[in-house]
Amino acid sequence: MEHALEAGADAIVMDVRDHVATALRDVAAGETIRYKTGGREGSVVVAEPVAFGHKIAIAAVAAGGEVRKYGEVIGRAVTAIEAGRHVHVHNIEGIRGRGDQAGAAAGTGGGKA
Amino acid sequence: MREPEGQASGQAAADQTESGQAAASQAADQAAASQAAPAIMGYRRENGDIGIRNHLLIIPTVICSNQVCSRIAQLVPGAVAVPHPHGCSQIGADKDRTFSVLAGTGANPNVGAVLIVSLGCEVVDPQQLADAIRVTGKPVEWFDIQSVGGSVKAIEHGAKLARQLQAGLMRLRQEPVPLSKLKVGVKCGGSDATSGLASNPALGAAADRLIREGGTVVIGETTEIIGAEHVLAERCPDAAVRERLYAIVGRFEREVERMGADMRGGNPSPGNIAGGLSTIEEKSLGCISKCGTSPILGVTEYAEPLPEGGLYFMDSPGNDIECVSGMAAAGAHIVCFTTGRGTPTGSAVVPVIKITGNGRTFSLMEDNMDVDVSPMLDGSLDVEAAGERIWQEIVEVADGKLTKAEILGHQEFSINRIGPSL
Repeated sequence: MEHALEAGADAIVMDVRDHVATALRDVAAGETIRYKTGGREGSVVVAEPVAFGHKIAIAAVAAGGEVRKYGEVIGRAVTAIEAGRHVHVHNIEGIRGRGDQAGAAAGTGGGKA
Repeated sequence: MREPEGQASGQAAADQTESGQAAASQAADQAAASQAAPAIMGYRRENGDIGIRNHLLIIPTVICSNQVCSRIAQLVPGAVAVPHPHGCSQIGADKDRTFSVLAGTGANPNVGAVLIVSLGCEVVDPQQLADAIRVTGKPVEWFDIQSVGGSVKAIEHGAKLARQLQAGLMRLRQEPVPLSKLKVGVKCGGSDATSGLASNPALGAAADRLIREGGTVVIGETTEIIGAEHVLAERCPDAAVRERLYAIVGRFEREVERMGADMRGGNPSPGNIAGGLSTIEEKSLGCISKCGTSPILGVTEYAEPLPEGGLYFMDSPGNDIECVSGMAAAGAHIVCFTTGRGTPTGSAVVPVIKITGNGRTFSLMEDNMDVDVSPMLDGSLDVEAAGERIWQEIVEVADGKLTKAEILGHQEFSINRIGPSL
């Protein structure tokens, strides 16, 4: 990880490959937030309120596309996500530990009440 | 009780008084501890282990002995009981796991003497358990409730034995011991987004420091490296260790698939999700930085005794109490525990140091928090300085300073189970 936390930053991007920034304060809809990625300054207009610690898309992700944070895949988009959107459980899902999908796909998941 | 972390962490020695073990000479020892080759005051055990606490442990072999054990502990100040719901109706590896956690907890170097209370008909054999702990050379006594004639007589008999053991422990004297003997568990619980941004990388820096001093670090939580195992696997110099790491993650993931459920909601938990973590992969990638950057020398079983020196991965659940109890049973002296949401978790035999990168949580739950690294988020504290803050806390706690969990009497204990109740 190449990130460095800077005084006064609104959000942090952990790796230059990331699609998301993490809000370092509560952010209101319509605010422009600034962050650094790969040594460059970036900014995005936030489309909706995003709470401290939550993620904001800094790049568009197509439906089904992989979403990166820490330079690694943290899940996939379940709908198209535009830059500035709150990225969370409503629009991305985990790929790993998905017993629900393993059961549905193979019909042998078992354990269902 | 104690000063919050100040800017001059090197002067923390002056604050060291409330442990009950403090002596005038400790100030000098603490000053020495901030030098290159630190030493702390500890208890030298017969088998060469060093203890940083001197507990009298009361172990029930089985749930049926819990109440008697708790009563005995109430009658003998300084004694700590570890009630648990297991010890009977168990077979095979599940029974062995309960036994190894009880034996390991008794053998932990922070424990100076042990009293085992059996019911008399359970599957965990009290004589075998006593023998397994006596290997360390520490005094161990046991009896069963059925033979002494019921709860009241058992409490009386147990309290007499416990008082004798406690009297022996009071005669032990601390002596300077090297910090290189220290084994520290790293754990996170009640995570939020600040865990991956601040407290975990800071703890990683402290973990690297301990390993440079010759100490031992153990990380666990197999469920919480799902999605990040490839990053850790790159740090296993031995191919067999790498394969074992992938194998234990695969086993946990298959278990989740067998249950036909999405991990999300269980892990990440509802609190993790409220804190901004969306998937297990995201949580895992934030988790792994807490063990620092050293090579992973081995993958150990839950509660398996830790080797000396370097970084190890213990196959364990992410569940806070089960993981901390497994680390204690493996011989850890201290567990460093990062949290974003805040948690009061302690342990029966090891000090648990609570570290947060969430300034709101530190303010709200200062009763439970030991180290605040939240200034990392506004850029006023870098990861090295935050790691040094945690390292200083480790040294002071090893030298006798009580953690918030100890002051509040948090003595959580839980054994991971892998089989059905018969």
